[in-house]
Amino acid sequence: MYVSLRDRPGSDEPGGSSVVRRVSSTVVLLGVVSLLTDVSSEMVASVLPLYLTAAVGLSTVAYGFLDGIYQGVSAFVRIAGGYAADRGGQPKWVAVVGYGVSALSRIAMLPAAGFGAIVGVVTADRLGKGLRTAPRDALIAESSDPKMLGRAFGVHRTLDTIGAAIGPIVAFALLAAVPNSYDSIWVVSFAVAVAGLAVLVLFVPNLRTTSGKARIGLRRAMREIGARPLRKPLIAAGVLGLLTVGDGFLYLALQDRDNFAATYFPLLYVGTNIAYLLLAVPLGRLADRVGRAKVLVFGHGALLAAYLLAALPAGGLGLTLGTLLLLGVFYAATDGVLPALVSRLVPAEARGSGISAAQTVVALARFASSLTFGLFWAVQGPTWSLLVFGVLLAAAIPASWWLLRGIDRTAVVTA
Amino acid sequence: MSVRGRVVLLAVILVVSLVGAGGYVWKVRQDQAAQLAQAPAVASGGDVAALRGRPHLIFRSTALGQGYGQVAVVPLSDPGGPRAFTPATCERVYATAADAICLSADRGIVTTYKAQLLDPAWAPVRDLPLTGLPSRARLSRDGSLVATTTFVYGDSYANPGQFSTRTIVTRTDGEVVGDIEQFKLVVDGRTVSAVDKNMWGVTFFDDDKFYATASSGGKTWLVEGTLAGRTVTAVREDVECPSLSPDRTRVAFKKHGDLPAGRWRLAVHDLRTGEETVLAETRSVDDQVEWLDDETIVYGLAREDASSASSDVWSVPADGTGTPKVLVSDAWSPAVVR
Repeated sequence: MYVSLRDRPGSDEPGGSSVVRRVSSTVVLLGVVSLLTDVSSEMVASVLPLYLTAAVGLSTVAYGFLDGIYQGVSAFVRIAGGYAADRGGQPKWVAVVGYGVSALSRIAMLPAAGFGAIVGVVTADRLGKGLRTAPRDALIAESSDPKMLGRAFGVHRTLDTIGAAIGPIVAFALLAAVPNSYDSIWVVSFAVAVAGLAVLVLFVPNLRTTSGKARIGLRRAMREIGARPLRKPLIAAGVLGLLTVGDGFLYLALQDRDNFAATYFPLLYVGTNIAYLLLAVPLGRLADRVGRAKVLVFGHGALLAAYLLAALPAGGLGLTLGTLLLLGVFYAATDGVLPALVSRLVPAEARGSGISAAQTVVALARFASSLTFGLFWAVQGPTWSLLVFGVLLAAAIPASWWLLRGIDRTAVVTA
Repeated sequence: MSVRGRVVLLAVILVVSLVGAGGYVWKVRQDQAAQLAQAPAVASGGDVAALRGRPHLIFRSTALGQGYGQVAVVPLSDPGGPRAFTPATCERVYATAADAICLSADRGIVTTYKAQLLDPAWAPVRDLPLTGLPSRARLSRDGSLVATTTFVYGDSYANPGQFSTRTIVTRTDGEVVGDIEQFKLVVDGRTVSAVDKNMWGVTFFDDDKFYATASSGGKTWLVEGTLAGRTVTAVREDVECPSLSPDRTRVAFKKHGDLPAGRWRLAVHDLRTGEETVLAETRSVDDQVEWLDDETIVYGLAREDASSASSDVWSVPADGTGTPKVLVSDAWSPAVVR
């Protein structure tokens, strides 16, 4: 899997340069940390529905409620994590706290019994995730050549997604070896998380984003977030986010019309992840070459195509796989590309805040989108709801193209 | 710290994590093996074929050791006595004198599920269509109809409390009657066409009329339906997983009331008077209960100690009096055959 971390010499250099360009070792190390952490968290996440319904005895309804917490909580601590990283000028240690809290939450599953305790533990895990995302992305941006940011984020997201794919396999292999021993899953998950934390603490350099200058105050951070260079991308990300239907809904739309999708429902996200991890680096590199804003907007074009495929009245294997592929393209073209875009638009000392602002805008917009889409779905069913969102998205794409024009050339001079 | 020092420290942490986690899993495995070896053999005996000639209880045996997960039979005259094992292994089982429905899981990276119709000799007759995670199974009294409910879950985080079910009714000769979620739902004289409507937990009155749970917009109803009319009509609110009494006058169900999410209380609804009786069982039962006779209901409950994979079948009077008692220990998914 490390093959993708290194470019073939001269593959994209006209004139056949022999320079082997790598992404920074810090990016690879952070990728390894994320890989291990994702193995750990996906181990828990993949067995949680089974654990809650089969071992704790909760119903699927309660699981739906828990899923809401799982997804919703982290958006709110993101800003805090980003700002804390900027304020202290020590993004690494903010990230360590975030990864540490999540690691501890695994071992807390051992004594946790009953719905309330499990909700608490899951919330702690999500708080940790929210806290660490922005400082980690700030570190990636800090340690990378600005011209290769898209590639750096692509490499990180690839490793991250590989971890997310391995986690469920480890969990179900464990359950096969020691039937019903969910405690074994928590313990192994904790051990993997500790290994990831160790790599982070011991090897990732504590890059100081402020390079010894005055610490950024809250007011200044807010001003940077609201400043002209960041305003347009934030608006564009918000509008696009409002029209981004959660992939869970798309999977449900697929299973509604198609027996293949219904039978393999739990595996649909794996299909998306595979496409995502294969495409994260190529699309990141494309973003470096043709412009990050262009690739970001293009990704939403893929999302629009996914809506249309999922809204078709006919089902079938090909259409289902096509939808998953398009969703993978969408994530690969947006998830790492957005922080790559944003991190160059704010001065270094406000980078964490800038990245977290963009990610929070997207998370909140998508949450609002899910609520609206859920209502639409209840009233009109999946097909019409997808078409409505598709039409709106088709209008929003050229609008954000216009908003973001020329943004890739904007470079912020670090004060 | 030097690079060398950090590499050594990382190696130490990795080894400790690996040995710690590996050791823990290994110990659990040893303990499970020891527990299996020491498990007091559950009293077994009796001839399945002979037992089936008398009123009996069919269930999934959850006694550790040999026979775990196998379907077993006890006579109603001595439910706590020795059980006779059948060759079938099921996660859930339901049976009439004529046939049995067996839901089984093939656990793996993708867990797949099967619903099979078994003949009186426990041999598979045919596979029934099934998508998703099976949760309920019922046969009509004459054994000619089978209803299975499956969860196809994963509904959105933005809609807490949402999930998706499919409830398919099939004739035991293989003809699919349909997904009852496609039936017309009438509440207070109005047709509910919301797409979030779900129906589950069928209990048959005869070979056409049935009761079930319908839900939409966060509410649940007891509904009465007919297969021929492809319509279900709400009878009352807050009823899940109804189960019709042998004399067809009452429906036992679980009600949510104002309990916390994911908890239910067992109750009985009288179809003649509309009266509700809350039962003496105070623990939360998330199951479709079964009637032992016209006065008693039975249901499976997981053991309180979390380490155990076992469960027991309990009984409680249907009139709200008395206290719950263990009817069959190490048992799950009871079906009474009279």
